[in-house]
Amino acid sequence: MKKNRYVAAAGLVLGVVSVSLWGCGGKAPAKGQEGAGEVYVYNWGEYIDEEVISMFEEETGIKVVYDMFETNEDMYPVIEAGGRTYDVVCPSDYMIQKMVENNMLAELNFDNIPNVKEIDPEYMERSKSFDPENKYSVPYCWGTVGILYNTGMVAPEDVPTKWSDLWDEKFKGEILMQDSVRDAFMVALKSLGYSMNSESTEELEEARDLLISQKPLVQAYVIDQVRDKMIGGEAAVGVIYSGEMLYIQEEVAAQNLDYSLEYVIPEEGTNVWIDSWVIPANAKNKENAEKWIDFMCRPDIAKMNFEYITYPTPNKGAFDLLDEELQNNKALFPDVNSLDNCEVFRYLGDEVDTVYNDLWKEVKSN
Amino acid sequence: MKKTKDNIKRMAENFYLVFIMVFLYAPIATLMVLSFSGSKSRTQWGGFSLRWYSEMLGSATIMNALQNTLVIAFASALIATVIGTAAAIAISGMKTLPRTVIMGITNIPMLNADIVTGISLMLAFIAFGISLGFKTILIAHITFNIPYVILSVMPKLKQTNKSVYEAAMDLGASPIYAFFKVVFPDILPGVLSGFLLAFTMSLDDFIITHFTKGAGINTLSTLIYSEVRRGIKPSMYALSTVIFVAVLTLLIITNFAPKRTSNDRKPKTGGAGV
Amino acid sequence: MSKKLLSFPYLVWMTGFMVIPLLLIVYYGLTDRTGAFTLANVVSIITAEHAKALWLSLGLSFVSTAVCLVLAYPLAMILRKRNVGRGSFVVFIFILPMWMNFLLRTLAWQTLLERNGVINGILRGLHLPTQSLINTPGAIILGMVYNFLPFMVLPIYNVLCKIDDNTISAAQDLGANFWQTLTRIWLPLSVPGIISGITMVFVPALTTFVISNLLGGSKILLIGNVIEQEFTRGSNWHLGSGLSLVLMVFILASMALIAKYDKNGEGTAF
Repeated sequence: MKKNRYVAAAGLVLGVVSVSLWGCGGKAPAKGQEGAGEVYVYNWGEYIDEEVISMFEEETGIKVVYDMFETNEDMYPVIEAGGRTYDVVCPSDYMIQKMVENNMLAELNFDNIPNVKEIDPEYMERSKSFDPENKYSVPYCWGTVGILYNTGMVAPEDVPTKWSDLWDEKFKGEILMQDSVRDAFMVALKSLGYSMNSESTEELEEARDLLISQKPLVQAYVIDQVRDKMIGGEAAVGVIYSGEMLYIQEEVAAQNLDYSLEYVIPEEGTNVWIDSWVIPANAKNKENAEKWIDFMCRPDIAKMNFEYITYPTPNKGAFDLLDEELQNNKALFPDVNSLDNCEVFRYLGDEVDTVYNDLWKEVKSN
Repeated sequence: MKKTKDNIKRMAENFYLVFIMVFLYAPIATLMVLSFSGSKSRTQWGGFSLRWYSEMLGSATIMNALQNTLVIAFASALIATVIGTAAAIAISGMKTLPRTVIMGITNIPMLNADIVTGISLMLAFIAFGISLGFKTILIAHITFNIPYVILSVMPKLKQTNKSVYEAAMDLGASPIYAFFKVVFPDILPGVLSGFLLAFTMSLDDFIITHFTKGAGINTLSTLIYSEVRRGIKPSMYALSTVIFVAVLTLLIITNFAPKRTSNDRKPKTGGAGV
Repeated sequence: MSKKLLSFPYLVWMTGFMVIPLLLIVYYGLTDRTGAFTLANVVSIITAEHAKALWLSLGLSFVSTAVCLVLAYPLAMILRKRNVGRGSFVVFIFILPMWMNFLLRTLAWQTLLERNGVINGILRGLHLPTQSLINTPGAIILGMVYNFLPFMVLPIYNVLCKIDDNTISAAQDLGANFWQTLTRIWLPLSVPGIISGITMVFVPALTTFVISNLLGGSKILLIGNVIEQEFTRGSNWHLGSGLSLVLMVFILASMALIAKYDKNGEGTAF
């Protein structure tokens, strides 16, 4: 029996540790708490300065239950199934449209969100492509998608300037593509000169064939690891979200690398994405959610979040508070005219979505 | 001659064992090293630093997730052990047909794709009107843990000698008393290893937890996955290192400290390895 | 009679949380978005992409299982020989890595295999040519073998421990050489463990998607990836369920195998 002694001991210690943690750890929020109540927030991981949450709790007395998701697509079924309800969520453009069309969102009462005036009208305008009357959403972060290249691995004359450069044989095995349907098709459609919200089967099939022809050149299809792989010098070029740029530049400087990483917005135009706060139709604490959104729009708070997340902020007030150097960082805050050909993703309906998914499957399985 | 041949054989065996151990523990060593790196990067060494350890201790989110993870792992393993052991005892007394059917069902969660188990449980919870929360994670974990307990206990039950149990009852012991005095000590190793295995499986699960968890509740796995988009913080490596070292220490202390008196070379009966 | 009662909580539990949820999957798999009966979801396995993904998955799982078996059998034999009444120590060594989160472990392999990763760093230090290891089918197999090897080692180790030393000595005394003892004694007596190990490795390898994403650079689409994407990205749960039903065929086949060769549950892993 001695051979089980340490199994027993292990079990015992685990038990004691677990139970003691249970005892001394923070209690679950008491239900029906008196006072200002609660707000259930569902946001991307690492997408807020945690300090901001406690500031909100202190100032309003509202208890924040904060939860995170990894992708829009992970978030959607959770809200749709209604197994757990959230009061305020931060999806991206096309997903907001999909939620609007499926009656999953509540109209915002802007009387409770006076700080919305701090949001640059430019982005309220752009939001109209997925929320036509600006009724459901308030922008939180935005950015572009572009090409990141390694100056140590790409000769000056080979610097990519357009999407179609990602089909250049020179970059064989050196390309990191985005592993998500819409982003990948955006690259192909834009390089063909089509809209990235195309619903035409011919255009999409053309894009599919183009992506298949690119596959031998691609080193990997990744989502979030583009950044770390590029910093580590794993590949020469990669498709990346602009929000990562500040982090990348800091990291390159901190690690004393013998190359730098530069960001290009391709000539053909690209995806301008916006993540906005919305309130699900089944929210239980709508007013608290509006207070939350209002708080997020306050310039000092938006600035804190920007400094933590480093994704461009649509908040004019916060932008004015930034250092001049940051304001002039073109990778983060590009000139408006360089965004001429850019579009915002729209939700194209379940049927077109299925077409995209099927074609993408063909690309991936080829 | 024979001796050199044996030596060579022994060396080859040692080499092989080392090879397998390196294979198994290389990634773990990598993570441990990275947890002491000053930089967030997974490929660049940023100089020795303890910053991730202090960040880990300072983060309420991480500590909360750790607490949830341990509580769920412990509670689910415990409940699964009770239900599973009882079931194993009952199953071992059944006829062949019902036993085969029940063991078939028992195998399903172990062999099913996690995502199917996770989604199907979520659908069921919603269909039953059970709101997702701490309890649904617990239920889900118990569900996939029970089979591990049953499969650990069953072989031990086969080795128990029925006549001793019957003899105890003939001598006037009540069935329950006889069970705890005679049968239980025999199957205890299986019960314990089932518990431990269940604990480990619960600790390591992500997919099923992801679909069955409620708002605002995170386990370490779900927390790690939510960080994927913005890059996993090395404080997670730090935490894993702490957990790992704690378990390893415990293992070494309990395995090598007490003096053994037995002289048997290996478990003669086998069955479960523990 | 009272013994039967002991299975009651288990049966209730499994009916509520295993059987009924699975029936929901069957329901989803056999209906379309409007709720009408259809076989289309199941039949879609024969479309080019799905069939190819399934084929690739079968191939990779097969190779991984074979590699696991080849690695695990000698290992189990050595462990049996070396073991000094410490069965649980062996189990511990193999499940200990699981205390590091699965995703972190797999990411760590990425760090090891990358172009500027640890292994290539060592090669460079030794002035050897660097290898491209990551984003290849080989890397996926490595990830599978790494994650599932314990499930092969433990059941084989357990059955080997049950073989009586006297049987082996008897064979040797009668003049059997190593190969003869291996093929006539060791292997036949360890069949339950081998079968159990094979299913415990093959089935999870067949359904995995994280490993192929992280170590294969998502360039290889496996059936697990397809199902995962239907449930998450594509949000077509009906198709995802239908394809899961197809995979269940393999699970049932595995269960049948276990039932045939491992009647007494000797080959359990733990």
